[in-house]
Order: sequence, then C-alpha cells, then structure tokens
Amino acid sequence: MRWMVAIGGLAAVMGAVWALSPAPSATGGTGRDQSRLVVTGSSTVAPLLGEIAKHYEVHMSAARVDVQTGGSARGITDVRQGLADIGMVSRTLKDNESDLHAYPIARDGIGLIVHADNPLSDIRTAQVQAIYTGAVTHWRELGGLDQPTTVVHKAEGRSTLELFLAHFGLHNTDVRPHMVIGDNAQGIKAVAGNRAAIGYVSIGAAEYAIEQGTPIKLLSLDGKPANSGRVRAGDYPLTRTLTLVTSAPAAGVARRFIDYLLSEQARDVVVGQYFAPLAP
Amino acid sequence: MTSWLASISPPSRRDRWLQWCLRATAWVVGGILLFLLLFLLREAWPVLRDVGLMPLFDDPSWHPTEGRYNLLPMLAGTLYAAVGALLIAAPLGWACAAYAVYFAPRRLAAWLQKLIALAAGIPSVVYGLWGLVVLVPLIAAYQPPGASLIAAVLVLAVMILPTIILLTESALRSVPRELLHGAAALGLGQWGSLRRVVVPAARSGLLAAMVLAAARALGETMAVLMVAGNVVQFPATVWDPIRTLSANIALEMAYAMDHHRAALFASGLVLALLVIALMLMAACLHSPCPARESRRGRWA
Repeated sequence: MRWMVAIGGLAAVMGAVWALSPAPSATGGTGRDQSRLVVTGSSTVAPLLGEIAKHYEVHMSAARVDVQTGGSARGITDVRQGLADIGMVSRTLKDNESDLHAYPIARDGIGLIVHADNPLSDIRTAQVQAIYTGAVTHWRELGGLDQPTTVVHKAEGRSTLELFLAHFGLHNTDVRPHMVIGDNAQGIKAVAGNRAAIGYVSIGAAEYAIEQGTPIKLLSLDGKPANSGRVRAGDYPLTRTLTLVTSAPAAGVARRFIDYLLSEQARDVVVGQYFAPLAP
Repeated sequence: MTSWLASISPPSRRDRWLQWCLRATAWVVGGILLFLLLFLLREAWPVLRDVGLMPLFDDPSWHPTEGRYNLLPMLAGTLYAAVGALLIAAPLGWACAAYAVYFAPRRLAAWLQKLIALAAGIPSVVYGLWGLVVLVPLIAAYQPPGASLIAAVLVLAVMILPTIILLTESALRSVPRELLHGAAALGLGQWGSLRRVVVPAARSGLLAAMVLAAARALGETMAVLMVAGNVVQFPATVWDPIRTLSANIALEMAYAMDHHRAALFASGLVLALLVIALMLMAACLHSPCPARESRRGRWA
C-alpha cells in the first residue's frame, strides 16, 4: 500500500501549505508604491471613475489609477482591509460604516425601464409594488401591451437592489422575478431584448444606452420624469449619492485624485456619463 | 509497480530521470485536484460550521443576505439543463459522427471535421451572446419571459455538440476495419453492423464522449448565465427560468460577503462533487469493459 502512504504524505504537505498560506485577498496588493492608486467597489460608479482616471493620468499626473469593480460592499471591505486606497459606494454610508471617511462625488437616480415599444410612459409606486410582488402579472392591467409582464430583478448583494427595495418598501423574499441579472448593462440588454420586460437600473447607465440607440425607455415615477437633469435638480424621488470612501483622511495621491474629481475640469466627464455633479 | 516499459529493458540513467519527471508531473496534476477540493472546503467552512449542512438543502429559499441558503433548486436547474442538452446533442452528435466516418465522401468528411473542430474552439461567451440576442427574443415572442430552461438547454446543446462529434468520431475510427469486414462477410447490413459491431466495440469511447460533454454542460457558466434567467426556483415547465450552480457563483461572488460568500463556495463544492460523481459513475460503467471481453469471446 505504498500509494496510500504517498497520498498521506501529499495531504500532509498540502495541509502545511494551506496552513501557511495567507488569507485570500481581492487584489493581492500589499506593499504598493505611492504612484499607484487602487480603487474598488460599485459597478455603477466604476465607469465614471475609469473615465476620470484616464483624464487624470493624461492631464494631471503620472500616477496609475487602477479601477476594479465588485459592488459597494466590496469597496468598503477592501478599504477597511487596506487592499484598496479608495472604495466606490453607490449610496450614502450606513451607521456602522462611520469609521470610514466619505467623499460624496455625484448623484444618480434609479429608474424603471421598459422596452421602447411599450406604450406605458409613467408608473406609480403602487404599480411597481404590484408588479414586483406578482400581484399584477399582465401589462393589460396597467394599460400597456397585450402581454404578460417579465419582471427583471437584481441578484443579491447589489446596493441598487437594496435601495430599490427600501424605496418601495418591499422584502426581497416577496419579490417574484422572471429574470435575475447582475450589473446595469446586463439589465439594459435584458429589457432591450424583451418587449414585455420591466427592470430598474442606474439612470446614468440607462441614458447612456438610450443615447447609443438601445431600444429602451425610462418611465417617469409618480409623474416625475427620470433623467439626469431632474436628478441634478433634486426633482426625482429615487436617488442616491455616489460616494468615495477612504480609511484615513485622504492624503497624497488619493487626495489629489479626489480633488481633481470634484474640480471644474472633471465636471464635463461627470455630466458626459449622465451623472449629476454635486452643486459647488 | 513494474511498468511494461521497464520489463522490456533495464532502465538507464536517463530513463530514471524520465521516470521521475513523469511521476512528479502525475502527482502534481493529481495534487491540484485534491488541493482544489480542500480549498473549496476551507472557504465554504464558515457556513458549514455556523449554519450546518442540512440548511443548504432544506431552507425555504436562496436569500443568502437573509440567512436562507437552499441550493437544491440550483442543483436541479444544473442537472435539468445538462441532461436536456445531452438528450438533444447526443443523437445529433452520433448521427453526424457516423455520417462523417462511414458515409460521407472523404473530402467532405475532412472539411466537416475541420469545421467542427473550429466550432469546439469558439468561446462559450459567444454562444451566450447568440443565445441572448437571437434565441431568447425568439422564445420570448412565443412564450415569455424567454430566458428559460429551454434556452439554456438549446445553447448548451449547441455548445457540447462539437465535443460529442469529435470524440465519437475518433472512437468510431478506432474500431478495427477487420471487424466491419467480418460483419459484412456475415451478411450484416449497414444498420446491423453499426448497432451490433461498431457500437459495442467503440463503447468506451462513446461513453467518454458523453461524460466529457456532460461535464462541460454542468460546469458551463457564462453562456448559461446570459440565457437562463437566473431565477432560483424549481422549473415547472421548460419555459420557466432557472439558475445553475455555476451561474450562481458568477452572478453573486463579486458582491458577496461573509456567509453569503461561503455559501457560494459551498455551491462550488457541490458542483465539483457532482462532476466527480459523474466521472466515478462513468468509471464504474466502463471498468468491466464488456465490449472488449465480448469481442475477444467472439473473434478470438
């Protein structure tokens, strides 16, 4: 039974390797140099920061800015564990997150979207609740298409999902989805490919897609049109503040990057991504 | 432990080197699998320790942020999608391979094989895109919501078809020509030779094709994620959306923390065990190798 001894030995070696190996990390970034900035977190904020980073690298500094997506919760954990310099969070901080330093950078709304062929143009809070809990399952009941509704919902762990549920007073266990998607882009594709679908995504992402010719439209919510202009004016009910977080007060490269982000120069980029810059 | 090579001639110094290199490679490859399982177990441990094993199979639903961890609907979804894809792809693959090996003109067969090898190399996300843009809207027009078990089955079937055809072809080609000549001499027709001679002789190769195709279907992530709808439920009909274990990991891992994250590793563990069980099953079916014995009995 030499092979059994061999397997035992192998298992022992692997056990030793296992015990000695450090805990797995999201970025594996220890001992980073000062000229490299690691930014992780919300998939809603990431495209904006990617764009800003490009401008920053060209116009301002030789520093490399590395933007990684993984959700708001990931941004917070990475900053706490020192794996990232800056975390992106697509909501305001919760009470148990007061150990972090927050830098609000822009506002975004969450909009209900349907296919461009859907005659509906406005939706009421009660209708959204009815559709998402399965009380209403046919567009006819809302004066729309002659088709059953396809409810597009987000996967667990997304802050867009948390905000949506909180605003409409829903519990995730009560939601009856027909399709579960990950990020905004996937949600927009799902609705564009199904005339009977309804979903909710970042207004910034939706306006960008509409600009590109994607056949979707943003519904006004309780009579309030959903667009980045209204979000900027504070005249849309379902909005959130996009925030950057750091573990200590931002200094050095991180400070300069955030200052650039809030400067007049970066304002056009924010508007270009259909987000609402914060009033100066 | 003596290998047949060693029994031919005593090993030289260089041969010993070769033996050691090969041995080390084999152990490393085997060790990677073991290490992977240990890793999955370690990462899934928090949820197994604090929640236990049973809730993974009898919680009321999968809402990990609310402490509900039922993996069973996704296990069922994974199996339905893979089995459905095999049921569609296997007969097509066998027919296509039999045509290419025994009936097609030689030049056409060569082209066919090149084409299929190319299809086998297409990344799965491309199949997923096709499914999302073409297949799902088609199904949605007939029976909404479109993203469904049937969409996953069809995309998977298209994906595993090249694997089945290529492996079946090589299994068929490995059947000695003499067997076919013998069958013809005994007056068996084409159908008879295929069914009574070729299939038993190529049995293990055919089985290997099925197993590899099934493993690919079970583990496929991106294409399924894009077309299956990803709703965690037991599908009542093929038009209902499903979520597979692999899609679950891809969909939620980047956003998961603590027990949610551990529960996703548990889905990975379940999936890995499922594939291992499949391989073991295939090995059990294969090991007595009745085809070879019967061949020896009949032809020796």
